[in-house]
Amino acid sequence: MTNTEPKTTEAPIDVPAGADTDPTVSPVSEKAAGGSAVATATETTPPLRVTKVAMREPSKAPDKIFSGATLATGIFLVALIGAIFLFLLLTAVGPLSRNEVNFLTSTEWTVTDKRLAFGIAGMLWTTVVSSIIAMCLAVPVAIGVALLITHYSTPAIGRTVGFLVDLLAAVPSVVYGMWGVRVFAPVIQPFSDAVAGSWLGKIPLLAPGLQSSGTVFAAALVLAIMILPIVTALSRDVFEQTPRDHIEAAWALGATKWEMIKTAVLPYGRSGVIAASMLGLGRALGETIAVMLILSTVRKFDWSIFSGGETFASKIATNAGELDSPTKTGAYIAAGLVLFLLTFAVNAIARVVAAGGKAKA
Amino acid sequence: MSDTVNETPAQVDLSRPTGKRQMVDNLIRGLVWIAAAVAIVPLFWILGTVVAKGAPLLFTAEPDYTRICAVEAKAPTKEFLDYKRVAASECDKDDTDNAKNIWLSGGKYPGVNEFVAYRPVTPLTKDPNAAASGGGIVIKGREPQAQKQSVVGIPSSDKAGTVRTASADWWTKDQSATDLREVGGGALHSIIGTLELGLITSLIAVPLGILGAIYLVEYARGKGFSKVVSFMVDILTGVPSIVAALFIYAVAITILGGTRSTMASALALVLLMLPTVLRSTEEMLKLVPDSLREASYALGVPKWKTIMNVVLPTARKGILTGIVLGMARVMGETAPLIILLNYGPRLEWNPTSNNMGSLPTQIMGATEVAANYPGAERGWGAALTLILIVMGLNLIARTVGRSKKSR
Repeated sequence: MTNTEPKTTEAPIDVPAGADTDPTVSPVSEKAAGGSAVATATETTPPLRVTKVAMREPSKAPDKIFSGATLATGIFLVALIGAIFLFLLLTAVGPLSRNEVNFLTSTEWTVTDKRLAFGIAGMLWTTVVSSIIAMCLAVPVAIGVALLITHYSTPAIGRTVGFLVDLLAAVPSVVYGMWGVRVFAPVIQPFSDAVAGSWLGKIPLLAPGLQSSGTVFAAALVLAIMILPIVTALSRDVFEQTPRDHIEAAWALGATKWEMIKTAVLPYGRSGVIAASMLGLGRALGETIAVMLILSTVRKFDWSIFSGGETFASKIATNAGELDSPTKTGAYIAAGLVLFLLTFAVNAIARVVAAGGKAKA
Repeated sequence: MSDTVNETPAQVDLSRPTGKRQMVDNLIRGLVWIAAAVAIVPLFWILGTVVAKGAPLLFTAEPDYTRICAVEAKAPTKEFLDYKRVAASECDKDDTDNAKNIWLSGGKYPGVNEFVAYRPVTPLTKDPNAAASGGGIVIKGREPQAQKQSVVGIPSSDKAGTVRTASADWWTKDQSATDLREVGGGALHSIIGTLELGLITSLIAVPLGILGAIYLVEYARGKGFSKVVSFMVDILTGVPSIVAALFIYAVAITILGGTRSTMASALALVLLMLPTVLRSTEEMLKLVPDSLREASYALGVPKWKTIMNVVLPTARKGILTGIVLGMARVMGETAPLIILLNYGPRLEWNPTSNNMGSLPTQIMGATEVAANYPGAERGWGAALTLILIVMGLNLIARTVGRSKKSR
């Protein structure tokens, strides 16, 4: 495969005529070959010149192509993220400048040819509230399951439980959505009605809202189920890495199991669990389909979690058919940008917390 | 309790904890098991529902439904609402407030909870259809409003076909001949669509991911630019699927003027699959010991050949696991399909066409009709098919990953 000429690295050696030249040193220079061939024919022969041949050095071309290809991929990835941000910004900037209401504080969303007034306050509230409720419900359960798998159960049961919780992550979100809207939300409905109808319903957050079952609360519950496997898996990893010394020191001091966990496992794993919760929060913020199928849209914005609403992702997805003009597309993309920034911030916090925890350990 | 430790200088109570400490310990132990139950119950609930409602569709033919048209004979009271049968043409009219479609089937009727009794009611007209059905239909519900909203069905003596016969229609037919209100057809178009999407996405994402990982591990380890690339990949991991879809929409359709197609949604799915493949490949490549690489270099093998023939094959199983997991994730994504592809009920092989069926969008279409329309039931079947594919891929990944350890 190599196609280079053999490079001679040393001056030709003068070999006495008639000497045995090694036939495997190839190719011997013509002169030497001719010399040895005629050596026997003539009396006086010029000394043989055997050129020493270095090992064939392979061509550098394929290496350069390959490394160039990988470098190009690296550059492409960097450019891709920049391009995503740039394109979204470019498409959104036009409608944003023509927006007639404050983008951040208005709850109105009218994107027609006659009037361009869109504000994300309503979507922001619904997104944040549903995700935070989901996180507050999922994290304690996840910590409990992680503790069970690592400390409270036999390894066999722990593996089974871990496998089952991981299966939750394998269910596609559209199936969560369909199950949520057809099966789960109607089951939750009596409970929601009871809370909203009682004295708790006086609080605006818990006021009665919808006749149907597509409440923010139901969506938050399904989101909690969806983010549970992520938080559990990461917490499990962190708890497993607790130094054995700390655990045994706690045992030696006569601690009960809970006291050992409270003093040795949880403090060590705190940053990891926080990072895991942030990642779960990020996932909940960006969840589109399950929320879109479960939440009922409402005409007027409502603070209550027992009312409907729209999150960033669900609103964009619901109106996917309306993206025909650049103006409308720009308005929805502006909302998408806010979502992007939100999830980016949450994920960045998660990374920082996780790195800080690793540095301490 | 502390008698035994009176001689020792340290005042440590080495006896068994009693009282409050033990109580707290037991309480936490109980809570932890409850947490596990709370985590696992939804899994079985979801899988149970999907399997119960969807499995019959996968292996048997849908029973023959009889669709009749009925109108309210008597206004709803707290308990009952009377329907009377009318001619089928009434239901095809636009004002659906009067006549409603009601589905009759023998035996078990899925999705109906409000049914109560079949009580003969004197027909008010000479409509032959009313006479044939034998009378009216009574619905019992929670409240009048709920009764009116539900589309109900009853077991009737004029049923046709309750026994479900085994059939492979689900896997061999598409929905081009049926609409959401009719029985029949299958999900072949969705299955082929989902598989084709996964394939096209993988063909683009896998080479990019592997090349990127090779760059990070083999060529740029420790250099500043690799940190930048790594950071960007982290961002890409966190991009919500809807934002990725919007980006492709903005570029491919708004700016470049293309149309919705399978290729466009495949591009959005590539954005989602790429980080998974890249990260897992990177981890696997890092695990390959440097001694292998150095031995190869010592033999005079150029760098690119070392990577292709020594490093990659060593990490092969882990890379495969990452690819399969990425495919599983991507096949369940719906948001890019909504924005960049139109659902088509016909079997379609061409990836540049506007319409293509896929399992997630079929499920979404199923949620748009009332729960007991055949189209809605087919949604459960599609859900089961999708879960089978995704979980099958996950199990393959696990098995491949595990066999690596045994080597």
